Amino acid sequence: MSKVQIMTGNSAAAAAVMLCDVQVVAAYPITPQSQLAEMMSQYIESGELKAEYVRVEGEHTALTVCISASTVGARVFTATSANGLLYMHEQLHWAAGARLPIVMCCVNRGVGAPWTIFNDQQDSLAQRDTGWIQLYCRNNQEIHDTILQAYRIAESVYVPVMVCYDGFVLSHTMMPVDIPEQEGVREYLPPYKPHTILTPDDPRCLNPVLFPNRRADSEGVLRDGYMEMRYKLEAALEKALGAITEASDTFAKRFGRDHGGLVWGYRTEDAELHLVAMGSLASEATLAADALRARGIRAGVTGIRAFRPFPKAAVRKALQGAKAAVVFEKSISYGNEGALCTEIKGALFGTGIEPAVYNYIAGLGGRDVKARELEAAAGESWDDLSAGRREKNTTWLNCVTE
Amino acid sequence: MEKRDENISAMCRPAVGEAGRTGDWRTVRPVIDPTRCIPAVKRKSACFLCWLYCPEGVVKATIPVEIDLDYCKGCGICAEECPAKAIQMVREDQSDE
Repeated sequence: MSKVQIMTGNSAAAAAVMLCDVQVVAAYPITPQSQLAEMMSQYIESGELKAEYVRVEGEHTALTVCISASTVGARVFTATSANGLLYMHEQLHWAAGARLPIVMCCVNRGVGAPWTIFNDQQDSLAQRDTGWIQLYCRNNQEIHDTILQAYRIAESVYVPVMVCYDGFVLSHTMMPVDIPEQEGVREYLPPYKPHTILTPDDPRCLNPVLFPNRRADSEGVLRDGYMEMRYKLEAALEKALGAITEASDTFAKRFGRDHGGLVWGYRTEDAELHLVAMGSLASEATLAADALRARGIRAGVTGIRAFRPFPKAAVRKALQGAKAAVVFEKSISYGNEGALCTEIKGALFGTGIEPAVYNYIAGLGGRDVKARELEAAAGESWDDLSAGRREKNTTWLNCVTE
Repeated sequence: MEKRDENISAMCRPAVGEAGRTGDWRTVRPVIDPTRCIPAVKRKSACFLCWLYCPEGVVKATIPVEIDLDYCKGCGICAEECPAKAIQMVREDQSDE
C-alpha cells in the first residue's frame, strides 16, 4: 500500500530518490536545496539507504563525482540551486556529452548578483543548451513522481535529466504526497544498465580529444568525429520526447497519477486565451483561468513540463485553437525576451497556428505572483488583441519600470 | 543481448598521444642526473616520486628513470618533488651538458 504524507517539496524529492535505489549521492548544500542534500546524507548515514554519500567541496566536484560514479555503472543523484548550478556548468556539458543518465534536482532560485535566495527560474533556463533534459514540476506530488520517471527516461536514452522545481514556493511548502511502495517502483524502474562500464580489466580512455572528422582509433576501428558525437546527443534528445511520454503514460497506468508527459492543459478544450507557464506559476495560472472564465473569457492553461527537449508538436497541438497565448515566466533572456516566449513563438512560426503571443516576466527573485495579477495581465492582453495590438513589448509584471 | 552503439560516448583504448605530441609547447625540459637519482644510485626500485607526481604520466618508473619528452610539458613538478635534487629544469635553447 502506498502512503500519503504531508511533506515539503524537498522531502518529496528525497523520498523519491530513496525509492530509486541510487548508489551514489554527491551534493553540496545551497539554499533552497540544502534540506534535500541533508536528508540524503541522513538516510545514508542511518543506513536506511544503502548508498555512498561523497562529501565534496563544491558543486563542480559534486557533479564530477556523479560523472565518475555513473561511468563505473552506479545510479547516481545530485541536487543544486542557482549559483551552484552555474558553478557546475562545465560539468553539465561533460555529463551530457558522455551520455550518462544522471538525475539532478534543480531547486530553482534567482541568480546573483545581486544575491537572492528566493525563487525564479533563471538558473536552470541558463543551462538549456547543455544537452540535459529539463522537466519542470508544479507541485510536490509531481516532484516526487517526476524523479521516478526521470531515471526511467535518462536510462532509456542515456541523457541526464534535470528535475526543476521552484525554491521555497515548493521546496519548503508542505502538501500531501502519495509515496508508492518500493516493489512497484522497482518494477517500474529496473536496475541501471550502463552503456560503458569502466573497469581495471577493460581500461579505456573516455572522452579523449576527438578530431573534426571520423577517424580510425589505435585499433583501426572507425570512430565518430566530434560532430557525429554532437549529432547523436541531439538525436537522443529528440528521441527523449517519446521517452518522456512513455515514462509518464506507464507511470499513470501503474500508479494512477498523470502529470502530463510533455505538456499539460487545464480547461483548454474550447480555450481562446491560453495562459502559458512552467512550474508553480502554471499552477497559479489555473486559478487565473477560472477567474477569467467567470468574466466570460474562454481561458485555459497550457503548462510546459518538458522545456528540453522542447515539445514543438505538442505545443502546436495545444495552441491550435488559441487566439492569444500569454506567456508568463520567471526568467529573462537578457536583450531579448523571456526564454519560454521565444520557444513558443519558434514552435508556432510558419505553421499557420498564429495566436497573438504576449510575454510577461513575473516573480523574479521571489516576488510573489498572485492569481489575480495573472488574471489582470491576461485580461489586458485579451483587450489588446480585441484592439488589434498583436505585438507588444515584454511586460514586467508588478515591477516599477519608470 | 541488446545491440549497443559503440560510439554512444567518445572512448578509445589506452593509446599514446591520439591527438598529437604535446611536448612542443615546452620551454624548459627536465634533465636527470644519474649520479644523484636514487633508483640509479641504489640500483633498485625506490623513490619514483617523479613518476608519482607527474601530472602527464610521462615518467617511467624504470632504472634508469626515463621521461618521454614527446609528451612532457615541462611543468617542473618532478624537479620540485625530487628529494635528491637529481632533476634540473634546463631551457630548451640550452644544451644538456
